[in-house]
Amino acid sequence: MASNPFAHVVSKFSGPPSASDYAVDKALRIIVQGAAAVILLLVAYIVFELGRQAFPAMLSFGPGFLVGTEWNVQQGVFGILPEIWGTLYSSLLALFIGGIFGVAIAIFLTQDFLDHRLSNVFRTIVEMLAAIPSVVYGLWGIYVLIPLIRPGAEWLHDTFGWFPLFGTDLSGPGMAPAALVLAVMILPTVAAISVDAFRRVPYKVKEAAYGMGTTRWEAILKVMLPTASSGILAALVLGFGRALGETMALAMLIGNSNQISLSLFAPANTLASLLASSFPEAGPVEVQALMFAALALLAITLIVNVLGLWVMKAATRKFEGKA
Amino acid sequence: MTRVASEALLEQDLASMKQLRGSLLEGRGLKSRIYTGLTWAMAILASLPLFSVLYMLIAKGGARINLETLTELPPAAFEFGGGIGPAIVGTAVMVAIGSAISIPIGILAAIYLAEVDPYSKLAETARFLAKVLTGFPSILAGVFVYAVLVVAMKSYSAWAGGIALAVLMLPTIILTAEEALKQVPQKMKDAAYGMGCTRAQVVAAVTLPTGMPGVITGVLLAVAGAAGESAPLLFTALFSTYFINGLEGLGQPTASLSILIYNFSGMPYDNQIELAWAASLVLVLIILVFNILARVLGRQKF
Repeated sequence: MASNPFAHVVSKFSGPPSASDYAVDKALRIIVQGAAAVILLLVAYIVFELGRQAFPAMLSFGPGFLVGTEWNVQQGVFGILPEIWGTLYSSLLALFIGGIFGVAIAIFLTQDFLDHRLSNVFRTIVEMLAAIPSVVYGLWGIYVLIPLIRPGAEWLHDTFGWFPLFGTDLSGPGMAPAALVLAVMILPTVAAISVDAFRRVPYKVKEAAYGMGTTRWEAILKVMLPTASSGILAALVLGFGRALGETMALAMLIGNSNQISLSLFAPANTLASLLASSFPEAGPVEVQALMFAALALLAITLIVNVLGLWVMKAATRKFEGKA
Repeated sequence: MTRVASEALLEQDLASMKQLRGSLLEGRGLKSRIYTGLTWAMAILASLPLFSVLYMLIAKGGARINLETLTELPPAAFEFGGGIGPAIVGTAVMVAIGSAISIPIGILAAIYLAEVDPYSKLAETARFLAKVLTGFPSILAGVFVYAVLVVAMKSYSAWAGGIALAVLMLPTIILTAEEALKQVPQKMKDAAYGMGCTRAQVVAAVTLPTGMPGVITGVLLAVAGAAGESAPLLFTALFSTYFINGLEGLGQPTASLSILIYNFSGMPYDNQIELAWAASLVLVLIILVFNILARVLGRQKF
């Protein structure tokens, strides 16, 4: 009889686990459990620490901080309403543009417009948009995008200057270039999650639509889009959350001006770019105010992101076990 | 007479042709075609920024890439020449610090989430918080580490920068590694359990080695993302015009490519702006290499 070909394995693993094997197993369990707990502790610590740092400012400035419109270091007057406005306005504009493009591209990628290989090329292009760092978009915005949109902006202001959206001239940095770059930056997020949402719709649904004699676009707009709508909603909310927190490109493009304006061409500011531009040179009192601003940003983004994840979970559950 | 008749015939022909073609160019068919054209246009329009960015990087940054640029110190305001050497080293060092912290914790946490106790309350919460953290503004990681470390150490430092990057890398690594480990076929693990292996042995001998390509993919993506981060470095590493000076230098302000781009982009000097483009090209090349490696590795599926 030939010797067992698995002898080397058997010698190592056969037989019941030894006491030391049990000890190792127990140790592993504790270690990995600890590693998973790290993320809980980290989030808790971040929320606690930002809260603690912002606490003195909360006491001295109170809720007036959230609705104040002045940021004057010399007089110690701080208010972040213009920044809250700028954060929401720029993100909504970006969501409008990036959302339309993102969903259109998701349709383009999933509804058989392209053969497999070309579709992969487009997917790679969209993914690469996400790989370009924020500062590089900022640099590109300053030297390519602003000169590119300036003639159009001037024409719009000259022709439709009475309309609030075009109420000011584009002097350089401003809301429009910031929102456009932001739209490019959230496009990959919106597209990727929307692609998943379309993929989750069972193929039968589309076959049924074609069976009713719909054209391809009737099937997409009247059947696929409503069916995938909850997933697309999640994509939009998460894209919005991403836009709220973007920092560098905005700090470079939005103009850092402490004002509230509807105009697309006026300079503005966001919470994140306020932090980026003021923090490194801030004195102790201003740092406290900035910590309060950071806490406000944390609160806004946490609410939006948790909402987005919650919508996504509901959307995913919709098709589980039904296909 | 015949001429008129033939013209009438021709008109009839044209009319019937129009009717035939009508199904494609009118009503529902036409609408469908317009939408298709519109979608194509949007897809092409959306890919223009990428090509524009890449073109500018190669045209503006490529012109300035040489050995001097890659190795020398950044120039002061009115100086000519100079380079981005300290920024390249600083970025590499801080990403390395971030990786050294986040990779082990991330993979261990992923083992817990994927293998040890996937449905426990701790796992559900950790998974959810990791997803929340991926949407967390990176600048807040900087503010947090500033409050905890920079204030305590009384100095901006490479340590603080690296730790801020670790905070941002951790959720990506956890989530992608969990996905990768979950892909390991249950049959392989069952076979090992059937031989009497403990869970630790299964993880070490089967799950980790088999899921490793996917885990590395996640790690590479996290590293690429960290290399491009700038907001968290603003208040943790700040910037420096010198190379990191030995181990002690890790406790001092440190240069990075992204902050160099930020600082130089707004300067009114052509020399600095050229260097900002060169630094952007280097940074994007580093990120793309990591992305491509991740893609190549990620292709291996079961």
